Amino acid sequence: MVATIPTEQLSTVVIRFAGDSGDGMQLAGSQFTLSSAVAGNDLATLPDFPAEIRAPAGTLYGVSGFQLQIGSDSTRTPGDRPDVLVAMNPAALKVNLPSLPEGGVIIADSDGFSKRNLKLVDYAENPLEDDSLTDYQVHVVPMTTLTVNALEELGLPSKAAKRCTNFFALGLTYWLYSRPLEPTLSYLEQKFAKKPEVLEANRRALKAGYHYGETAEGFVVRYEVPRATIAPGTYRTVNGNEAIAMGLVTAARKAGLDLTYAGYPITPASSLLEALAGWKHLGVRTLQAEDEIAAAGFALGASYGGALGATGTSGPGICLKSEFIGLALSAELPLVICDIQRGGPSTGLPTKTEQSDLLLAAFGRHGDAPIPVVAARSPAEAFDAAIEACRLALHAMTPVMLLSDGSIANGTEPWLLPDPDDIPALSHHRVTERGDGEGAFKPFTRDMDSLARPWAVPGTAGFEHRIGGIEKAHETGNISYDPDNHELMTRLRREKVERLADLYPPTEVDGPREGDLAVVAWGGTYGAVASAVQQCQDDGLSVAHIHLRNLNPLPNDLADILRSYRRVLVPEINEGQLRMILRAQLLVDAQGFNRVRGQPFSVGELVTAIREHTGGVA
Amino acid sequence: MSNPDVTTLTRKDFVSDQDVRWCPGCGDYAILASVLGVLPKLGVKKEDVVFISGIGCSSRFPYYADTFGFHTIHGRGPAVVTGLRVANPNLSAWLVTGDGDGLSIGGNHLMHLLRRNVDVNVLLFNNQIYGLTKGQYSPTSEVGLKTKTSPMGAIDAPLQPGAFAAGCAASFIARCTDVQVKEMGAVIERSAAHHGTSFVEILQNCVIFNDGTFKGVTDKEVRKDRQLWVEHGKPLIFGDENEKGIRFVDGKPEILDLRADDCSEADCTIHDETADPAYAMALSRLGLDGDDHFPVAMGILRAVERPVFEAKVHGQIAEAQAVRPDQDLSDLYRGFGKVSTWEVDAGGQTVG
Repeated sequence: MVATIPTEQLSTVVIRFAGDSGDGMQLAGSQFTLSSAVAGNDLATLPDFPAEIRAPAGTLYGVSGFQLQIGSDSTRTPGDRPDVLVAMNPAALKVNLPSLPEGGVIIADSDGFSKRNLKLVDYAENPLEDDSLTDYQVHVVPMTTLTVNALEELGLPSKAAKRCTNFFALGLTYWLYSRPLEPTLSYLEQKFAKKPEVLEANRRALKAGYHYGETAEGFVVRYEVPRATIAPGTYRTVNGNEAIAMGLVTAARKAGLDLTYAGYPITPASSLLEALAGWKHLGVRTLQAEDEIAAAGFALGASYGGALGATGTSGPGICLKSEFIGLALSAELPLVICDIQRGGPSTGLPTKTEQSDLLLAAFGRHGDAPIPVVAARSPAEAFDAAIEACRLALHAMTPVMLLSDGSIANGTEPWLLPDPDDIPALSHHRVTERGDGEGAFKPFTRDMDSLARPWAVPGTAGFEHRIGGIEKAHETGNISYDPDNHELMTRLRREKVERLADLYPPTEVDGPREGDLAVVAWGGTYGAVASAVQQCQDDGLSVAHIHLRNLNPLPNDLADILRSYRRVLVPEINEGQLRMILRAQLLVDAQGFNRVRGQPFSVGELVTAIREHTGGVA
Repeated sequence: MSNPDVTTLTRKDFVSDQDVRWCPGCGDYAILASVLGVLPKLGVKKEDVVFISGIGCSSRFPYYADTFGFHTIHGRGPAVVTGLRVANPNLSAWLVTGDGDGLSIGGNHLMHLLRRNVDVNVLLFNNQIYGLTKGQYSPTSEVGLKTKTSPMGAIDAPLQPGAFAAGCAASFIARCTDVQVKEMGAVIERSAAHHGTSFVEILQNCVIFNDGTFKGVTDKEVRKDRQLWVEHGKPLIFGDENEKGIRFVDGKPEILDLRADDCSEADCTIHDETADPAYAMALSRLGLDGDDHFPVAMGILRAVERPVFEAKVHGQIAEAQAVRPDQDLSDLYRGFGKVSTWEVDAGGQTVG
């Protein structure tokens, strides 16, 4: 008789799956995510892909990882350090061991620790067999063998059977954390509906892993993470790029315009183009251009023709697109440019996250050419940020930069599906009718509130006119080299962008409206900063968190808000770009906490920084 | 307010009120006049005509026509016009470019425009020089041309625009000159009728910085001998008295003396607009790069029907919509049924 195993309650757990690129760790991680979401936990995830497509098996640079944190409270980050490491081979162990705290749990596939694999990563001895892992709780499980055995009667080729080992590992962790099997079983039924042998194989592997946990002697306790308090509604998990793509489609619909998205493959933005390319039945036009510059040209040409033109890329592509963005600004046409930031400069760290394109986004064109900048802060919120970027572009007839980053693009979190009818319409400046006797159309007259010019597109009778990048006369739009006119037009373009701040809602402050420290942040650091500030607030520190979505122009109320705190701290994954902007534009003595490691912030390091800046010891 | 009926449009409807600022004597004036003369004949509404240009003297063109126009950035007109055509496939779109704008910085974009076969009328003003920036050599300048940036003579082997277009399997390739206005008008009119990218190279004289570069081909005294006007279905014949012919043997051209006893028109190659691009490439290379032996081919070198880019873009959209006609934003958010969703009820319980 099997003794009943006690179940311990945890408020949060951080799990990291790690193996070879071909081991299915991403799939295992995303299934655990789904299962936990259905079980009612709040969660956040972070995949960690290697840069190479198929690195040689067993190598350090081929390790693929997936980390997630599940919790019964609001969970905003994938976790500073894993509590559990599932390691399918020695490389996965070696790469991830430094992140594991003392006492952490390791579940290792002993079959992956072959002599060859050990040698590949310079293990003289097998760490599963010597004393090197005594600081951890190690479970050595012959997962591959057990998987192959469980599938024996299906008669699959050995390679195919071994490929199901990730589901064995998944099943084991499901048991360990009391996760339901049903969501993954449903997923398998749908995905492999046409391949019954594969369906059955994965199903059996999953159940075998689960039962192993139940019956094996090494596991003396299992865990449960109770459900979080979650608002009612329909949910799915979503990653940041999917969310941006859906936001762009939504914005176009709400504006009554055709969405034309042009892009060029680049990590980590390619999936934006891929997602949109699959939605032709919604009328979405996508174009894969010959290069980044052409992509911007396609989008601008489409906007000139009356569509909502958008393009997306990462840092290197923004550099390439800068001339076209300048043309959009000079011709005053709407254009949305998505920058999914990654480690820079130059080719940098394509698969690692960073937020070092802010200055480029706001100012990176020749001439006086500032453009609005909107920054997403998490995978689900990126949907709203994308709609906001479109709203501003259409309202002010201007290019707008939407900033995201690799961790938002690939990370996932639960998303409460909105009711499309609740999303407001977007207005724009398309003109279609001219009165008789009005004389020649003047393309650079302006709306007195927004300062936007009319959007008169080819094909509209009576509105024939020429535009271009050369400076043009106020109102008539004819080429003009007049000195006073150039100064006037430069200022009008600037004022037009500045007035967008009048459209912002009041800046949200999470915490006291005055106090010792304001932590001002932006972009994908949201989860870690919010968690760190929360922790410090719980410890009695006088600190507030302000997370900016609109970075240019800055909100009108920000200067006053910041003056209510003794100090201002700006944590950024760059060398201090928002800090520079705040100091220059608001004359506030903002201090930075800056890391450029291609990794998200850990909550721990932010807590330390906040404590230092409040002088708090708490 | 609407424009004059399509059938009553005249040249005057397209003339702009802006002062034309090309240098006196510039070949561009004649080209402008030709185009403005063709526009009313196309059966296209005035508001549907758009000129897109890059940067250069050529690219000032849009300002001199009273139509929609977009003066974009150096070399990138093809990208803008492609996006525009996808947004509105009903426009009569024209791309005006030059040898620098189109074949130097813009070579890549032009290549992709041609291979995609976007329905645009491309007019490339080839004056073998950079005029607007005051006289640097260009990708079509002849070897040895002395300019401010090539004081000892240009060293790059020049590109032949028509050959480049043929290399891209362009569906319409033509050449004409700025001084033979009747022929130019006819070529431009046919290019406008073509479905797909029509590539028209116009040998144009820059009177200030490269004056007379084509006189050896275009001067009245020599042009019958130095030009080969091709016509589909007719033999390749040229000469002061049409006494010479061209025959291609294994892809190599040879000149035939039609007055010789053993030679007649029947021995000449019959021009076939629909032939393989290799033929158009060979034709377009004739008589240039200092080769006075052969004449320079003029007229419509190639004209074939092949699928048009924006038609295919919209075709795929229509096809996709036919398969899944009634889906809306709610379906999108649910991943069209391919994404797992779950419900949380008012009590915070997962119910499905």
